[in-house]
Amino acid sequence: MKANYRARPDVLALLKEARNSGATPAGNQALEQLVANADIAASQALPLCQDCGYVTVFAEVGQDVAFDGSFETAVQVGVGQGYELGYLRTSVIQDALTERVRPEVERPANIYTTLVPGDTIKLTVMPKGGGSDNASRMAMLRPTAGVDEIVRFIVEAVAASGAAACPPLFVGVGIGGSFDSVGLLAKKALLRDFREPAQAPAAFEVEVRLLSEINKLGIGPAGLGGAVTALGVAVATDRTHIACLPVAVNISCNQLRSASGTL
Amino acid sequence: MKIITSPLDKRTIESLKAGDMVALSGIVYTARDQAHKRLVGLINEGRPLPVALEGQTIYYTGPAPARPGAVVGSIGPTTSARMDPYTPVLLDYGVKAMIGKGARSPGVIDSIKQAGAVYLVATGGAAAYLAQFVVSAHVAAFADLGPEAIFALELAGLPLVVAIDSQGRSALWPDAS
Ligand code: SF4
Repeated sequence: MKANYRARPDVLALLKEARNSGATPAGNQALEQLVANADIAASQALPLCQDCGYVTVFAEVGQDVAFDGSFETAVQVGVGQGYELGYLRTSVIQDALTERVRPEVERPANIYTTLVPGDTIKLTVMPKGGGSDNASRMAMLRPTAGVDEIVRFIVEAVAASGAAACPPLFVGVGIGGSFDSVGLLAKKALLRDFREPAQAPAAFEVEVRLLSEINKLGIGPAGLGGAVTALGVAVATDRTHIACLPVAVNISCNQLRSASGTL
Repeated sequence: MKIITSPLDKRTIESLKAGDMVALSGIVYTARDQAHKRLVGLINEGRPLPVALEGQTIYYTGPAPARPGAVVGSIGPTTSARMDPYTPVLLDYGVKAMIGKGARSPGVIDSIKQAGAVYLVATGGAAAYLAQFVVSAHVAAFADLGPEAIFALELAGLPLVVAIDSQGRSALWPDAS
């Protein structure tokens, strides 16, 4: 519920900074509205966006924790209850092929669990909007493709999304791993504090380049033109197969939401 | 900021230019993907619509549930492009204005021009803020669709930007640049 009501500190700080920095007058008005939005959402306990997202839960479970009952069920029920009690819109439907209408309340979340040393459980909840997930892409590039090709692929994905992904954007990039893991790598990159650059110099360089090229597109806040198209890019890299270069870009709207708690 | 009232009359629509910032009052009807599919299905079968949409404004949105005592939950625009396949039929039918976010297809821009209609955008992601301009809301049709039902909303000065005007000019990237 907190993730849906309270803007992340990095997101709010970057939105504030972006005002009057090169967007059009209508684009600046949009930025002002987004800053005001965070205040209203927090003070009235309203969700930041009507699309309260599709929830991904990253669970780090201490291997010394003893469970009484099903952990998976407890998390699913907890997410469902949060949406019900918190007046949040359930946007997840039962089955993508056969049931487009009935909301899924029993098992609404994707849960990724990792075992870690210790006896605590850390849950990170990330509700993500459909509009910006739709703008995301992945590709298995040739292993000899260089940084230029990676950058081109990502900038094209952002350009294709235009205003549909609710710019100003936060861009999560995964490079490496396998077909299935690279998407997760890109999604997890969105958990980073966007005021902090990547630790690895090579990833940092790609971030700087991507941010500058994306902002040169001129999409602007709400697609109304100007310099402020993305507020941050986070690149995460991984090992990969010698034959592969998986690249994924998980685009987040201005409403990049997540919250963590430890039990 | 220009103050306008929905349903919009012909003169008002013609006076709006791409890039204008406006404040919209009056009545609008919400409709998302599933409601569009149903409406266009009914029109194609020659059957009556559950709400009279001639001359009206459609807002592409599905609100979050209202807290007890509140008019509406957070409510902001969803991606307009997903309605593009249905929009020309609705414009033909008589819809005069649409509110959403993001670009439209060239076919929709043509239809807007032909129909003398207008496409307005709200800031995607500012849904708690935008909810402050909704003074009443009730389900008008397709209640079974939950947040995708058609709601009749009464607005008081909802801040919008004219994205595509009745001449087919656009204020949206990349058309505007
Ligand atoms: S993309 Fe994000 S900001 Fe836009 S409507 Fe969806 S959740 Fe809200």
